[in-house]
Amino acid sequence: MPTKPAGTLYRGREGMWSWVGHRITGVVIFFFLLVHVLDTSLVRVSPEAYTAVIGAYKNPLMALGETGLVAAIVFHAFNGLRIIAVDFWKKGARYQKQMLWAVLALWLVTMVAFSIRHLSLALGGH
Amino acid sequence: MSATIESPRSGRIAPQYRRTGGSRGNFEMIAWLFMRLSGVVLVVLIFGHLFVNLMVGEGIHAIDFGFVAGKWADPFWQLWDLTMLWLAMLHGTNGVRTIINDYAEKDTTRRWLKTVLYSATVVIVVLGTLVIFTFDPCPVVDGVPLPGGFCPA
Repeated sequence: MPTKPAGTLYRGREGMWSWVGHRITGVVIFFFLLVHVLDTSLVRVSPEAYTAVIGAYKNPLMALGETGLVAAIVFHAFNGLRIIAVDFWKKGARYQKQMLWAVLALWLVTMVAFSIRHLSLALGGH
Repeated sequence: MSATIESPRSGRIAPQYRRTGGSRGNFEMIAWLFMRLSGVVLVVLIFGHLFVNLMVGEGIHAIDFGFVAGKWADPFWQLWDLTMLWLAMLHGTNGVRTIINDYAEKDTTRRWLKTVLYSATVVIVVLGTLVIFTFDPCPVVDGVPLPGGFCPA
């Protein structure tokens, strides 16, 4: 293993941090997807098995977890479209920072709307 | 006297400068392109999935066996979910493959991690596909058919 030279730690800027965020959210979504296919497969076992497991998800802690998962998905989706624009749009690389701020603004708007709707349904009475 | 100078990269590339080892062809370029194409489709499929399942009507309270059965009684949602399953699993597997290649330094470690990854992918894709196609939305439990507006009386 080569040793790290002193004083060259790259702290990055918008470009690097969006890359870090894209990786972390991607891994989180992938592991959720594995579990999600397994739990949905319970419909093939029996109606009771599926409804029982899904029923266990319907509590306030899971409602927050679902909101976090959707936050990861929405960021990964919008930032993914930004990456496509960087790669295929002629001026994409020049405007990558502005596009990241647009991604974050759209993410915030989407998440405020989603959270209000989902949490009031999940936490409120029927 | 004139000499013709070839433009760069126009001719054959000397073997020591080739980026791919022949047999792999342009797999990495296809994988790169696949991530972008599947990504666009997945944004539409997953946003639609989340909207229909969590935002409409009673939201998450409506999700139970009957909810899933009602969706998969319709070929439209079978195709939607099947496409989402395959694209999301291949997109995610290729993403994790990239991460393994980036961080696992030893050849044996990389090979093991990728073997585990590809095994998980095959199991999940095959299982999910079988569930979507062999699912019976109108099961008869103890001689009694489950109620469902989409089931024959």
